Amino acid sequence: MEFTREKRMKMRLAGDRRGDQYPHSLQFYQQPPAENISLAEFESFAIDRLKLLKVVENLGVSYVKGGEEYKNKLQQELRKLKFQYRALIEDDYDARRKDHISHFILRLAYCQSEDLRRWFIQQEMDLFRYRFNELTDELVQKFLKYINLSYEAVRDWTRRPLMVPSIGFSLLLSQIQVPLQDAMDLFRVRRVYLLDAFTYVPHTDMVAIVLNNFRTKLSKALALTARSLPAVQSDERLQPLLNHLSHSYVGPDYSIQKNTGKISIEHIDALSVKSFPLCMRQLHKALRDNHHLRHGGRMQYGLFLKGIGLTLEQALQFWKSEFIKGKVDADKFDKGYAYSIRHNYGKEGKRTDYTPFSCMKIILSNPPSQGDYHGCPFRHSDPELLKQKLQSFKISPTGITQILELVKGMHYQLACQKYFQLTHDVDDTGFSLNHPNQYFAESQKLLSGGRDVKKEPSEPENSQQKLSSQKSTNSCSIPNSSNIEGDTELEGLDAYFTED
Amino acid sequence: MAGFEPSSLPDLLPLYYRRLFPYGPYGRWLSYGGVVKNYFQRREFSFTLRDDIYVRYQSFASPQELEKEMQKMNPYKIDVGAVYSHRPSQHNTVHMGAFQAQEKELVFDIDMTDYDDVRRCCSSAEICPKCWTLMTIAIRVIDRALVEDFGVKHRLWVYSGRRGVHCWVCDDSVRKWSSNLRSATVEYLTLVKGGPDTVKKVNLTDPIHPFISKSLSLVEPYFREYALVGQDILGCRESWEKVVALVPEHILLLFVGTCLCTLGVRTWGGPSFGNCLTYWHASSKKTSHAESEIMLQYCFPRLDINVSRGLNHLLKSPFSVHPKTGRVSVPIDLQKLDHFDPFAVPTISYLCSELDTANEEEDGEKENEMEPMAKRRTRDYKKTSLAPYVRVFEQFVDEMDRSRKGELLKRSDLQRDF
Repeated sequence: MEFTREKRMKMRLAGDRRGDQYPHSLQFYQQPPAENISLAEFESFAIDRLKLLKVVENLGVSYVKGGEEYKNKLQQELRKLKFQYRALIEDDYDARRKDHISHFILRLAYCQSEDLRRWFIQQEMDLFRYRFNELTDELVQKFLKYINLSYEAVRDWTRRPLMVPSIGFSLLLSQIQVPLQDAMDLFRVRRVYLLDAFTYVPHTDMVAIVLNNFRTKLSKALALTARSLPAVQSDERLQPLLNHLSHSYVGPDYSIQKNTGKISIEHIDALSVKSFPLCMRQLHKALRDNHHLRHGGRMQYGLFLKGIGLTLEQALQFWKSEFIKGKVDADKFDKGYAYSIRHNYGKEGKRTDYTPFSCMKIILSNPPSQGDYHGCPFRHSDPELLKQKLQSFKISPTGITQILELVKGMHYQLACQKYFQLTHDVDDTGFSLNHPNQYFAESQKLLSGGRDVKKEPSEPENSQQKLSSQKSTNSCSIPNSSNIEGDTELEGLDAYFTED
Repeated sequence: MAGFEPSSLPDLLPLYYRRLFPYGPYGRWLSYGGVVKNYFQRREFSFTLRDDIYVRYQSFASPQELEKEMQKMNPYKIDVGAVYSHRPSQHNTVHMGAFQAQEKELVFDIDMTDYDDVRRCCSSAEICPKCWTLMTIAIRVIDRALVEDFGVKHRLWVYSGRRGVHCWVCDDSVRKWSSNLRSATVEYLTLVKGGPDTVKKVNLTDPIHPFISKSLSLVEPYFREYALVGQDILGCRESWEKVVALVPEHILLLFVGTCLCTLGVRTWGGPSFGNCLTYWHASSKKTSHAESEIMLQYCFPRLDINVSRGLNHLLKSPFSVHPKTGRVSVPIDLQKLDHFDPFAVPTISYLCSELDTANEEEDGEKENEMEPMAKRRTRDYKKTSLAPYVRVFEQFVDEMDRSRKGELLKRSDLQRDF
């Protein structure tokens, strides 16, 4: 017995000073990591945390925060991504270290604009709140002391003048006296008693105080980070990754289809109603109605069709037959439009096989103007018009309200997911929507009885062409293929953005 | 007091700025005891000159320099802004991003126009003794909260010169408050929410926070006089319909039920009478704060969050003249709040004519010519109706000085103890 105890002590003295570095399962991220890591670890940590924060966002809108389902799913995700998932686990060094480092890396990517900062702070706060609520009372005390947020617990009420106890603001002895600056979120909604510049916070509301503090510190830190960003961005190894991170799509790219040729042109009309996401349904209808689509629409819809399995020959036939009904004659079509369709399939020019646009790309870049039908209807349509459109599709009023709520909260992909649920009559989509072709694939899966469709294998090289007509209104930069060639580091990077 | 013409401002302002503006206490106020280095020097002022020329980022090396500039420029209006990281007059030499607003008083602006939906006597820029009560109520409610809830020690309430009041909270710690904290404070103090499209602007739920109950007890005594008598809100159909719109349905039905009962069964016939009785029984269990909500909607203070939130917001200076009414922005004596009459506030033309009369009387005495400028001026305002207002201001500044000395003593005592 003694022997093992000695051994343990020796370990503690020698190498396991690591335990001291991260004494708690959560932290305020006040000290930046001070070690060297490989670029590979840098990238993988960052991407894993990004995935985690996206899950946090998703769960936050789909479930009650702090409810059983929310907690379980979040815990699952934390485990899967190898972050710390339980407060009590002692030897959690690797997970906590990953948590620490990945947070700081993401700060670099998300400090750059007000929108990005707001998003990052929101998800980090939600994650922190979850972790804080998992702590036992004892751990809470320890943690509060650790971050220097211990306040005086109010013991004796009789000494306080001007106290007017009201029903509901009963004088629980376990209240903590917190100065007003530290309890902004509580007193602004009059949730706590305020007297002489002190709030009286019940024990159970301490998390709001801590969160307030967390948010203030993180907000300041991001502002500071933004100022030193130019230095970081000049590092060529880091720049592309950081740009990627804030606009990344992390999932299959639908460049290789297993179901090539399985779609027939005659089916497209029916499919557009049953299995197309709203953006593509809208584009298809516009094409049918006007016998024409502008460039943005042709790209978005054309690549989507390629993604669902339309061959080049079918595509040429499809577009030509429609355009001819309009103002375009056969010759003009063959000379102009046909070329660009072949280009999309990699049969012209650079011969790169273009990938269908992800939701992120559609939402963030190339917003539609008058006469355009591309973009994301949840993002780019006027809410009134969107409502009318949904009504015309016979979506229930409750459903429409839910969708509009999500749109108001800027959760466009979740709004589309809700649209999926309502049109397919299911309660849960069972997937997290990131890509229009994913919508189609899942819809088809559902409608054909849930037969397992094997996901497309990812190709190590893939590229997306920056549209020449695209104006970078959102500082969104997808690397040109020319960037990718000749730099092995970056090529490896792209591989991270396709998952199998 | 009548007879102010805006066109006479160019003639009156020089006299006002030379003989009446209380530079002494004003400079003492904004220097805050000279404790912080270059505090006065880093304060932004803005002037509105004749022909609507507006100049920002004015700053001065001393209160004396400010005085000289005011006498030179004779501004139509003076605004006070924040204390910045660098002298505002040099902001162009500073790297953008480094020039930041650091401190400022917490200010509130309560404007009568925000109450147009609940006052029938006037609208927009007009005020009258009947609706002025709203300002009295607002000051009482906000001041109580500032002092009791927020622990404020030094605040100055000022009449804006036309249709509202301002409050300047000057405590050392409060001047350092972040924009977020100021926002949170305004939210705490806000009960009336919603724009022209919202019918019912106050919604109370249990438990009732002490801020609300304490404010209600301040509002209640004024409500009867203001709303029922002065505004006569139940006096005509158009007006009482608005009140009724705020009453929840179940209470109305309760009321109707009572009426029907008294009218008797014969008038209404069996079934409808029975329905009313059912409503009565059902709704008597529900609690309602309708009465409080109505009082608050008609009387509770309405703040402009934009004025209070930003550190760099510029607000009209006390003792500035209102270019349209000619009235001076004077401090309000809280001890005599109920008797404050905005129509008794002197206009610049009145003050100047008072000065002339006073000087005529003194022309006989030759000593005046020997006296130094400053001394003469100290006596000048005393000869006019501005005197009591300057006294209020001086008391305010004195109190801050006293409290600052007390703090310093306390601190040095503590140090000596070692």
